[in-house]
Amino acid sequence: MSPMNWTLATPEIVLGIAGLLILAAGVIPKKETFFPVSMAVIGAFVLTAVLVIGQGEGTAFLGQYVSDAFSRFAKVLILLGAALGVVLSLDFNEKAGIGRFEYAVLMLFATMGMLVMVSANDLMSLYIGLELLSLSLYVIAAFDRDNPRSAEAGLKYFVLGALASGLLLYGSSLVYGFAGSTNFDQLADALAGGTVGLGVVVGLVFVLAGLSFKISAVPFHMWTPDVYEGAPTPVTAFFATAPKVAAIALLMRVLAGPFADLAAQWSQVIWVASVGSMLLGAFAAIGQRNIKRLMAYSSIGHVGYALMGLAVASDIGLRGVLVYMAIYMVTSVGTFAVLVAMRRKGRALEQVDDLAGLGRTDPAMAMWMAVFMFSMAGIPPLAGFFGKLYVFLAAVQGGYWVLAAVGIGTSVVATYYYLRIVKVMYFDAGDEALDARPAGLTVVMTATGILTVLFFLFPAPIIAAAQVAVAALAG
Amino acid sequence: MNTAGFPLLSLVTFLPLAGALIIMMVRGEEAVVARNARWTALWASLITLALSLLLWTGFDQSTAEFQFVEQVDWLPEYGVGYHMGVDGISVLFILLSTLLTPLCILASWESVQTRVREYMVAFLVLEAMMIGMFAALDFVLFYIFFEAVLIPMFLIIGIWGGARRVYAALKFFLYTLAGSLLMLLAILAVWYEAGTTDIPTLMETAFSPRMQFWLFLAFFASFAVKVPMWPVHTWLPDAHVEAPTAGSVILAGVLLKMGAYGFLRFSLPLLPQASADFAPLIFALSVIAVIYTSLVALAQEDMKKLIAYSSIAHMGIVTLGIFTFTAQGLSGALFTMLSHGVVSGALFLCVGVLYDRVHSREIARYGGVAKIMPAYALVFMVFTMASVALPGLAGFPGELLVIVGAFKVNPWVALGACMGMILGAAYALYLYRRVIFGKIVREDLKTLLDLSPREYATFAPLILLTIWMGVYPSSFLNFFEATVAALVARHEAALGAARLAGM
Repeated sequence: MSPMNWTLATPEIVLGIAGLLILAAGVIPKKETFFPVSMAVIGAFVLTAVLVIGQGEGTAFLGQYVSDAFSRFAKVLILLGAALGVVLSLDFNEKAGIGRFEYAVLMLFATMGMLVMVSANDLMSLYIGLELLSLSLYVIAAFDRDNPRSAEAGLKYFVLGALASGLLLYGSSLVYGFAGSTNFDQLADALAGGTVGLGVVVGLVFVLAGLSFKISAVPFHMWTPDVYEGAPTPVTAFFATAPKVAAIALLMRVLAGPFADLAAQWSQVIWVASVGSMLLGAFAAIGQRNIKRLMAYSSIGHVGYALMGLAVASDIGLRGVLVYMAIYMVTSVGTFAVLVAMRRKGRALEQVDDLAGLGRTDPAMAMWMAVFMFSMAGIPPLAGFFGKLYVFLAAVQGGYWVLAAVGIGTSVVATYYYLRIVKVMYFDAGDEALDARPAGLTVVMTATGILTVLFFLFPAPIIAAAQVAVAALAG
Repeated sequence: MNTAGFPLLSLVTFLPLAGALIIMMVRGEEAVVARNARWTALWASLITLALSLLLWTGFDQSTAEFQFVEQVDWLPEYGVGYHMGVDGISVLFILLSTLLTPLCILASWESVQTRVREYMVAFLVLEAMMIGMFAALDFVLFYIFFEAVLIPMFLIIGIWGGARRVYAALKFFLYTLAGSLLMLLAILAVWYEAGTTDIPTLMETAFSPRMQFWLFLAFFASFAVKVPMWPVHTWLPDAHVEAPTAGSVILAGVLLKMGAYGFLRFSLPLLPQASADFAPLIFALSVIAVIYTSLVALAQEDMKKLIAYSSIAHMGIVTLGIFTFTAQGLSGALFTMLSHGVVSGALFLCVGVLYDRVHSREIARYGGVAKIMPAYALVFMVFTMASVALPGLAGFPGELLVIVGAFKVNPWVALGACMGMILGAAYALYLYRRVIFGKIVREDLKTLLDLSPREYATFAPLILLTIWMGVYPSSFLNFFEATVAALVARHEAALGAARLAGM
């Protein structure tokens, strides 16, 4: 049993204390403090990111918490996504009348939950991190509480999320009962060799079901379109980015860590989830008119591609997943920056057709949106292509030809609806311009756009970082 | 670094992108921006052309080695590098791309009036991607350029195209993407098997017959769509008809060559056994394509569609020549690709001249144009005759060589190619007669103006080239002689080794 060693968790502790201080500071003034609180939250994220980069390696809290290259990689990504998520909400929330400071504070606690998740080294700390994240997300999904759609989204997410948490807990209890521990290191020892009782396998499947819900993989995706559509757009943006990265990272840690020797069992489950997600993401999105709903199905599809790397259960596959998620997150944030900026005469727009003529009325935004769409479709030389390249490479090397073939087929289908958005922006007529967008959104879409376009120049560093992270995971 | 002392190929590849960046930075009134964009694009493409001429003069024709090679690490631990270079197969296609782009920009000078800036940016990006594709000596790099071509072409067809442009653009994109993704799988399999994606290294790698079979099918899916071969050609007539004139020129002139280039660069050297096994299938498809699409062309009412179908027929002759594995067949295929690039591009420009004036591509709409536009009629005739493969013009040497090569392999295949030539004469002359000769039926045609100085400038280099290629073909054939000889020798050696192993 490792010692307390609690100083190792400085980033999370600092973020938690910062959250409490910001909360107190936000309550005291008489007037609304949304903007300063949001700035403070971004500051806290930056500070935490710096601490994460300097974080040592090892375990803490009697083995509940682990810090390694993998957790650092995922945490930096999560903090980046969360900070950009706050930036996206600044202007939108003011205009939508939901500019209350609790929003930013909830984002902060959600992010803290994610950090705990990726550092979890025990089924208990995993659950605590996941619940801290989920509870915060339930509230911000319903943050526009006077809007029935938002309230519905929050409630739906809560009910289904609670079910998933139940599944996860039940699975954990089975694993504990049959393997004798909840600690990942001890589980790895107990399960070494790969011959285990049925109870552990059933427990593992339940744990997988609970986590699949969080990454919205088929068949646990049902909440995604409704929640994405109902929640305020910046909230949707947040949902689609940082928590997805955190949940995928958590899934990787659980499967490649304690259950590494059961790969033969869980690989099949992930295989099914991957194929299902790719197919559903490709075909269900074709008919969507609401762009947030479309992005929901698109995100399901992208999770399918990421899971392809996980199903292969090799180092190359895991590396592919990390690269894929990093690229997906950047592209997603950019896409949602465009979605948040869709506003005409003060009213927020959500239909694909509302983008008509954007190529003429706002060439810069249309160009970035086109870049993001082509990147999501995986067209080189944009970043999305490299994400696909690495997961397909893993599938080919592992001999998973069916996965690769399904991935190819669904890529073509999915390209159709990404192209449809480009088509609406550039080929369709529409003269009414969108409202001028705030500078924050311009900065976000330009920065993510440039990253997406120029990724091909310097792919080596991020791939090397992912390589180191995966090595830490497997070791 | 290389013989030229500086990274010439990279410069030629990325210079158009620099031009595109400059155009994107320009701000101001629409008319000023448009003027600026046109001139910047023209100069950027002309400078690129001038630089690429250094390839022509500096190229050593006596060797099959790659020249002007540049190599930089990109993803060293995976064996992927930024590797550029040209040999006899690719060098002339780079020149073709750099020649056609300024002509396209000239051709769009007045016909494109909306979103001129975006149009010019798209063309320059397209040029960069085309050149990069022909110069890439790394598989992943090649794929990136190969696919990236789709984005500007999709926008060019979709934004500046005709009435059914959305359908045509989507069909073009999705058709080619589906094929290309299968090739991506093949590239990954090769990468995994050989541990590198460096093409010169891969040429030394032998793959097992079973693997060759599957790899060939995957490559075939991609290249056959791009060529396009019957029966996956249906995207081409749509794309050609709906694309703006300059888009059609590039599509016919360069993009169609990408598929055949792929066969030459990858299928033949990497997969000799499978290529030999699949040759009968390719012959059958090619002969069907030649005869069937020629007959279809005969029945067309739309000028662009007719030329589009004739392109498919000509590309059938190209694929036929490639899979004869003889020096004549391969040289003929390469020469046909070049001449078709010049001639069909010029034919689309000819249609564009009429379209700019009358805004119709319907053959029945015209007649008697020779009396109104004599200079135009002469230009059109030169290119029609070249397309028919009249001796002394660009089309002839290539087709003759292909037929000679095919005759060595199988006389029946040669007969199929000959049929193509006969039918080609039929539809091309029929088109020419209906448009240029006859009575002037429509009164409004009488007001048409003959070629403008700008149009003369566009056609002059193409006419010159057409006659040069026809009269003195060896100045082009010499470029790929050594490379083709090496390719044939390597192919026969590989087949010989396989036969020995089989015994």
